[in-house]
Parts: sequence; C-alpha cells; structure tokens
Amino acid sequence: MTAPPVTRRVGRSEQAAVGLPRFLWIPAGLAFALIALPVVGLGLRTDWPRLPELLLSEASLDALRLSLITATCSTAICILLGGPLAVVLARGRLPGLQFLRSIVLLPLVLPPVVGGLALLYLVGRTGLVGQGLELAFGITVPFTTAAVVLAQTFVALPFLVVSLEGALRTSGQRYEAVAATLGASPALAFRRVTVPLVLPGLLSGAVLAFARCLGEFGATIAFAGSLEGTTRTLPLLVYLARESDVDAAVALSLLLVVVAILVIAIARPRTVAS
Amino acid sequence: MKVRLLAVGAAVLALAGCGGATDSAAPAESAAPEARTLTVFAAASLTDVFTELETQFERDNPGVDVVLNYGASSDLAQQLVNGGPADVFASASAATMTTVTDAGLIEGDPEVFAQNKLQIVTAPGNPENITGFADLARPDLQVVVCAPQVPCGAAAEKVEMATGITLTPVSEEPDVRSTLGRVTTGNADAGLVYVTDVASAGDTVEGIAFPEADSAVTDYPIGVLTSAPQPELAQAWTDLVTGADGQAVLTGAGFVGAP
Repeated sequence: MTAPPVTRRVGRSEQAAVGLPRFLWIPAGLAFALIALPVVGLGLRTDWPRLPELLLSEASLDALRLSLITATCSTAICILLGGPLAVVLARGRLPGLQFLRSIVLLPLVLPPVVGGLALLYLVGRTGLVGQGLELAFGITVPFTTAAVVLAQTFVALPFLVVSLEGALRTSGQRYEAVAATLGASPALAFRRVTVPLVLPGLLSGAVLAFARCLGEFGATIAFAGSLEGTTRTLPLLVYLARESDVDAAVALSLLLVVVAILVIAIARPRTVAS
Repeated sequence: MKVRLLAVGAAVLALAGCGGATDSAAPAESAAPEARTLTVFAAASLTDVFTELETQFERDNPGVDVVLNYGASSDLAQQLVNGGPADVFASASAATMTTVTDAGLIEGDPEVFAQNKLQIVTAPGNPENITGFADLARPDLQVVVCAPQVPCGAAAEKVEMATGITLTPVSEEPDVRSTLGRVTTGNADAGLVYVTDVASAGDTVEGIAFPEADSAVTDYPIGVLTSAPQPELAQAWTDLVTGADGQAVLTGAGFVGAP
C-alpha cells in the first residue's frame, strides 16, 4: 500500500482570477524594508578588510562550532518530542486540549530570559529537580553544554509544533481514513500515510526551530552561562565582543545572519513553494 | 482607494503615536525658560549613588531636571561616539573613557572620582569555608567570574596574573550583576565581584576581602562632554560628585574615594 498522490491541479484561469491589489505594495514594501534595512546597515558597518581575521579567531570558531552542534541536537530533540506533541494536539481528543496548546505556545511570547530563569529554578542547583539530580547522581546541569541544548529546545519547540500541527490540520484525515478501511492499523497508517504527507511541514518546522536555536541568547545566558567551548554560543560571543571590540561583534553578527539566511534559503522555499 | 488611504493613515498614526512621546517634551521646556535638563550617562554600578545625588542636585538647583542614563560603560561610550546627547559621562573603567576622549568628546581631562575593588562573594555564612583568593582554585568549587572583556573580568585576570593562581571558572559572565546572581541563586559556590556589589546585595551574600585585590583597582573617571548643552550644570554635577558630599555617598556605598 502506498500513499496516494497529493498534488492538486490548479487551472490557469483559477490562478488569474486571484489578483494582487496594487495598494498592498506600499505597506508590504515598508514591512520588507523594516526587516532588510537594519541587516544592510550591519553590512555597511562591517570592517571588511579585517573580516577574515575577526571570524577566524579561535573564540569565534569555537562559538560557531558549539552553535552548530547544539542547534543540531536541539532540533533533533524538537523533532523527536515536538513531532508527537504536534500529532496529539492536531488529532487528539482530550478535554482541555485548547489550554494545552496555549501552554505550548508560551515560549513564543515569553522573553527568552524568563525561560532561562524558569529552567534555572527547575534544574538549577537549588531547583526543584536540580537539587535531586545533584544529591542522587552528582549531576549539575547549568554551565554545561546540555544546558545550552535544553535552553534552545525550550525556545525552539513551539516553532516545530506549530508548523507541524498546521500541516496536519491542512492535510486532513481523509487518506488515513481510507487506509483504515483497507485494514491498516493506526500505527501503519501513521507511518505510511501521515508521515509522508506532512513531511514538508515537518521539514519547514525543523528549519525554523534550527534557525531559532542558532539565534538563542536570553535563555542560554540566564541558564547555561558563558564559557568558551562549553556554553558560549555565537550570540553570546557577539554580546560579549561588543564590550571590547565592536568590529568583532559586527563581524560575528554578520556571520550569524549569513548562516541563518543559508539555513532558511536551503530548506524553506521548497517546502513553501509546494 | 479608500482602503489605501485608511492603511496609510493607520500606519502614519501608528508611527506618530510611537514617536510622539519624545517630541512633545520640547515645546513645554521652551515655555518655561528656567527649566533645564542635565543629562548624565553613568555606569550601572553607580545607580544607587547617582540616584541619591540626583535628589540633592535638584534640590540645590531649582528648575533643573537631572536625567540619568545608566548602562554598561562600553554601551554608553558607544552611544556617545554615535552621537548620543549627554552633558556628563561617568564611566566604570578608564579604558571606556579613553574611547570617548579619543573621539575628542570630553572637555579637558577626565577626573578619577572613585575606585572599586574586587571581593570574593559566597553564600551567607561562607559554607565552603573560603579564606583567600587561592581557595578559588579548589577543584571542588563552582566558581564564576566576569569575562575578561568587561572591567570586572579584566580586574580578575589582573589578580590571577599578580598571584600566579589560575582559576577554572564554570562560567565567565557578561557583567558583574549576573556574576553576583549566580551566587545569590546558589548555582555557584563563589564569585569575584566588586565590593560595592557585595554591599548592595546585603544579607543574601557574604563578602570576603583579600589583599591581592589591591593589584587590580578599577578607576571611575568622570568628564564633561564638549558638546554638552548645559556645560555649567555639567561642571556643577562633576563638582558635587568629586566634592565632600559626593565622596561621602560613594564611600557609604562601598566605593574607595578619589585617590
């Protein structure tokens, strides 16, 4: 049994009927400028001749490496835990599911530093769980790379859950229903029908989560601390560098922008264009 | 067409509404000529002291409103270099003051009005029994310091050099307050912060003085900006800070007075 084709045909005439009102261009242009121009400003302020030296310092390479590794780990956890959560939110029949959904969205609206403090008071040395971890196993979570991953996962999880839940709701349950009538168990229908169907949504959610992890600052600094090679990710290094060498901070910011654009450009259009 | 006007109108209103707060202050000032504003950019560690001096200054100079902009010295220096309007700049490090003087923004030479020293900070009662700087190198302790890029971290590095003791901190925090926070929340056993931070934290921590701190004293310079809109008031503020009254408030907050 294979998944049915999901391409939808849109006729030429149908496309032509949806016109683009011209007055939308002005606010749309302003909105784009509001996002793009500050980044241009960053480019203008960059000390280009010193750029290679600023980017290739040991501190920035360490931070870039740590950022990429932790963002990858965090995104993987987001997929492993957030994926099932999205399915439950989209398909589950539980009382209070609406309330659960608003809890899941909290990290999107909370200042990240609040998330960091919350994590600190949960798994910090004096925290609810942290105290037990330290007494029973001698494990201290803050100041470790694991703490960075935890902080990033906290802020990035809703991005994956929301994208995937949207994809699940849009795709509906028709194909799964057909699979069920053909004798497929829920697990089989999920694996062979649902997962392939929402793969683009999962991918775009994962990309968003990854990009959010790369940019995470507030929760990391409040919870994980800042030590080169262990917890000092690229955004933390940018924050620190601007204290002593603004050129280095600008160069690192530019690097962060470039990496983020690359991540979004490589994976995003394919998923949206479909 | 109507929709376009509405959209543009709404956008203009939104922008005007957001920006209006600062504009509306100007005409009110010109209506009362004796009302003057003195803008002071000051290091965050001076918050308590300068807020107290503000009350005194406004009492002694009727009609004057002192506006204090507190922040990290390096951020304030960047704001000044990029055209931030101010009459006085009080920095927590000689190096950041140099950024501003090098840009030709300070009238004459800045004056050192206070000094700060490092102290070891621990939980109340000093549960880990730390007696001196060398104890901070103990492997069983979780120690936090400031990053070398910020003044308190530079001072910590100086003490390490002077003593030959290398610390292995679990974190190098971006400012002295977050270093202090690690200890007050119990997530670190000990930290290196300024005497004034220990004083401001009160009973939540215990400070341990150590003689090697004398090798890394931080200077606080103050200067009047060449572009100051209120140069006389700026000078009066500087005189207050460096004078007997200012020095009393400073030493009361834990600072070492002007050298």
